[in-house]
Amino acid sequence: MLERLRIFPDQASTIAGEVDTLYLFLIGMSTFFVALIFGLVIYFAAKYRRRSVNEVPPPVRTDLRLEIAWTVIPLVLVLISFAWGAQLFVTMGQAPAGAMEIHAVGRQWMWKFQHPSGGREINQLHVPVGIPIKILLASEDVIHSFFVPAFRVKMDVVPGKYTSAWFEATMEGEFHLFCAEYCGTQHSGMIGRVVVMKPVDYQRWLSDQASGEPLAVGGERLFQQRGCATCHRTSDGPTGPALHGLFGRRVQLQSGDSVVADESYIRESVLNPNAKITEGYQPIMPTFQGQLSEEGLHQMIAYIKSLSGPAEGRKAP
Amino acid sequence: MSPVVEPIIAPENLPPRVNYLNAGYGIRSWLLTKDHKRIALLYLASITFFFFIGGAAAVLFRLELLTPQSDLLQAETYNKLFTIHGLIMVFFFLIPSIPAVLGNFLVPMMIGARDLAFPRINLLSWYIFIIGGMFTLTAIILGGVDTGWTFYTPYSTTYANTYVIITAAGVFITGFSSILTGLNFIVTIHKMRAPGMTWMRLPLFIWAQYATSLINLLGTPVLAISIFLIAIERAFRLGIFDPALGGDPVLFQHLFWFYSHPAVYIMILPAMGVISEVITCFSRKRIFGYSFIAVSSLAIAVLGFFVWGHHMFVSSQSIYAGLIFSFLSMFVAIPSAVKVFNWTATLYKGSIIYQTPLLYALGFIGLFTIGGLTGIFVATLAIDVHVHDTYFIIAHFHYIMVGGALMGYLGGLHFWWPKITGRLYPEGWARLSALIIFVGFNLTFFPQFILGYLGMPRRYAAYPDEFQVLNVMSSAGASILGIGYLIPMIYFIWSMRYGPLAGPNPWNAKGLEWTTPSPPTTENFEHKPHITEEAYAYEVKEEKVVG
Repeated sequence: MLERLRIFPDQASTIAGEVDTLYLFLIGMSTFFVALIFGLVIYFAAKYRRRSVNEVPPPVRTDLRLEIAWTVIPLVLVLISFAWGAQLFVTMGQAPAGAMEIHAVGRQWMWKFQHPSGGREINQLHVPVGIPIKILLASEDVIHSFFVPAFRVKMDVVPGKYTSAWFEATMEGEFHLFCAEYCGTQHSGMIGRVVVMKPVDYQRWLSDQASGEPLAVGGERLFQQRGCATCHRTSDGPTGPALHGLFGRRVQLQSGDSVVADESYIRESVLNPNAKITEGYQPIMPTFQGQLSEEGLHQMIAYIKSLSGPAEGRKAP
Repeated sequence: MSPVVEPIIAPENLPPRVNYLNAGYGIRSWLLTKDHKRIALLYLASITFFFFIGGAAAVLFRLELLTPQSDLLQAETYNKLFTIHGLIMVFFFLIPSIPAVLGNFLVPMMIGARDLAFPRINLLSWYIFIIGGMFTLTAIILGGVDTGWTFYTPYSTTYANTYVIITAAGVFITGFSSILTGLNFIVTIHKMRAPGMTWMRLPLFIWAQYATSLINLLGTPVLAISIFLIAIERAFRLGIFDPALGGDPVLFQHLFWFYSHPAVYIMILPAMGVISEVITCFSRKRIFGYSFIAVSSLAIAVLGFFVWGHHMFVSSQSIYAGLIFSFLSMFVAIPSAVKVFNWTATLYKGSIIYQTPLLYALGFIGLFTIGGLTGIFVATLAIDVHVHDTYFIIAHFHYIMVGGALMGYLGGLHFWWPKITGRLYPEGWARLSALIIFVGFNLTFFPQFILGYLGMPRRYAAYPDEFQVLNVMSSAGASILGIGYLIPMIYFIWSMRYGPLAGPNPWNAKGLEWTTPSPPTTENFEHKPHITEEAYAYEVKEEKVVG
C-alpha cells in the first residue's frame, strides 16, 4: 500500500535529483506562504468576528511600507526560482558532446527506436546505464511528446522537424515511457518502457538483435539508390556541394545568412531543397518530399554524419 | 449561528410594484429585452445549462478513471468527453460567467447608469453567444469532437475524424459575443459614470471588469483568427499548420496561447473583483490598498499578453524564447500576490460575519493562493519540463479556474442574489454547500498535483496501476463536489418563490446598487445619483438603518 502512495517518481537520471531539489525549494516556499495566508485569514476571521450588529471597526490606513514589502519579497523569490530553473533547463537542453545517439520516430500510436548499430525496437528502449544518450525525435504524423518521468525528461516530437532529448540513466531497471502530447484515439496506449542495463548487458542485447545493419550503411544504400551521388561527390562539384565533413560545419548561404549543418538542416535540404541554397550553387535539386520515410531520413542523416568522421561520436560504446 | 441580519417585512423592504422582473410578461418581453438586468438573467440561464453539460462530461470521465483500464468508456468516447468538458467550461461557462451575468447586471448599477452604453448590442451579444452554443451543441449531438479544447495541429486539421469545423465555428462565433460585451463595458465605464463617480471611486469590481474587457477586446480576435485558419486548412487543405502541406504546427500553438493564456485572466480577474466587494462588506472595512488592487488588475491584463510561450517550453520553441517567457511569467505572479496580501490585510481589525458570500471569498483566497503558487512551479523551466502535460497542470489550472473563478462566481451570485431576485436564499443550506464545495474541490484536485509529479500524463483514458489510489481519491472528491453544486441550484430556484423578502440592502453593503430597491426597477435609479465618497466607506459612522 505504501508503495502505491508514493509522492516522488524514481530518480533514475543525473538530472532527476537536481529537478527534485528545485521542486522541494518551491514546495518549501509555497508551504510558507500557504501557512501564512491561511493562518492570517483564520486568525483574523476568528479574532475580529462581529460581536454586535452595529459594530463599526476602527479605520486602518493603507501602509505603503507593507505594500512595498509584499511586492519586493515575492519578486525576489520568483526571480530566484526563475534563475535556478533556467540554469537547469539550459543543462537539460544541451546533450553532452559524445552522447550516444538513438533515433526515435513517433507515430499514431507507437514509438520506434533505432540504435546506432542498427538494432530496432518498438515501444521499448534499451539503454546502457551511466552513458549520456541523445534521442533524436521525429514524428510521422501528429505532435507526440517523449516523456520518461523517472528521468524528468520531456520533449515534444513535432512533424516536419527534428527535436531531441537527452539523459544519462543512473539506475538499472524498467521505467515508464509515455506520450505526453494528446495524439488521438489511442493516446493513452502510446506507452512503452525504458530498460536501463549495464553496458555489457546492453552490448549483449544489441548483438542478439536480428537486424544488424547500422543506420549509416542503410543510409549509404539509399544515397546511391536515389542518385544523390550524381551531384554530391567526394569533393565540391559543379552541381552540388560535397557532403564530406559537412555535418556540424557552418554553411554559407546564397541569401547571405549562414547556418550550422545539423539534423534539421539536412532534413530540410532533402525535403525542401530550395529553402536554403548553399552559396555558389543553383536551386536545381529536386525535392524528396514523400519519397523517404522518417526512418529512411534518419538513415540518410546517419550516413551524412558518418562522412564527417568518427569525431562526431555516434558510435556505440 | 443565526444570521445577524434578519429580513424585516417593513414597507420599504417590499419590492417595488413594478420592477424589472414584472415590467413585462411573456416570452417576447424577455427575448427582445434591452434591459441589462434581464439580459444578465438570460445569460444566467444559458451558462447554467452549459455548466451542467460540462459537469456531466466530467462525471463520466471521473467514473472511467476509477479503474486503470479503459473499461467503462472506449478511449474515443473518453477523448470526446474531456474535449466537451474543456470547450464548454472554458468558452461557454467560465469566460461569460462573471462578466456576462454579474457584470451585465452590475456595471450600470455600480456606476449609477440607467443601462449599458449599447443596450441593443448587449442583446445581440447574447444571441451571438446562443448561436455559437448551438453550433457546439450540434457538433456534440452529431457525434462529438476529440481534439481537446486546445485544437492542436496537425491533429485537428488533418487527423481527427470528428466534427472539428462545426465546433470551431461555435467557438469562433461565441468569441464575438465576448468582444461586443467587452466593448460595451469599456464604453459604459468611460462615458456613463454618474456625477462624482471618479475613476478612483469606482468599485474594484468595475476595475476588474474594465481590465477583463480590455483583454476580451484585444485577445479574442486572435483566437478567432487561429480557429478560422484551422477550418481553412481542414476544409481546403491549404498549408498553414500541417507540415505535410508546408505549414508549421508550432505556429498554431503561438496563436492559440496568445489568446488562451490571457483568457485565464478573463476568467480570474472578474472573480477578483467580486472578492474585493464581498470581503469589504462582510468585514465592514475599507479595502486595504485600493489603488494597488486596481492597478494590479490592469498590470495582470497587460503582462498577461506577454507570457503565452510558457505553455510551450517543450514544444521545440527555442531555448532563448523559453528563458524570456519564463522570466516574464514570474512577473505576473506579483500583482496576484499583491491582491492576496491586500485582501488578507483588509480583514485585519474588521467586523467579520461569516455569511455565505464571505465563506466563498475566504475559500477563494486560500485556493487561489495554492493555484498561484503552483503557477510559479510551472513557470520555472526545469520543473515545467517534467510536469508539462501531466495532471500537475490539470490541478494547477483547476485551482485557478474552479477554486478561483468558479468560487468567485458562486460567491458573487450569493452576494447579489437578493438584489437580483429580491429574495434571500436559505443561509444554513448555503453555508453547508459552500463547505461541501471547498472539501470536495480539494479532495478532487489536490491528489492530482501528486499524480502529475509522479508522471501521469493528462488526457489518458487508461493509466498504469500505481496511479489508481490517487485517481480514486480524485473521483471521490468529484462526487462530493458535484453534490455541492447541486444544492445551490435547488435552493436558488426555491428562493425565487419562497425565499424571505430581502429588502434593498440586506447586508448593509456600500455601493450604488444597494441604494436601489430589490429587485430594481427597469430604470435602476429614480434620480441620477451623485457620488460624494470613495468606495467601501464602511468605517465612516452612518445613521442607523431602520430596524
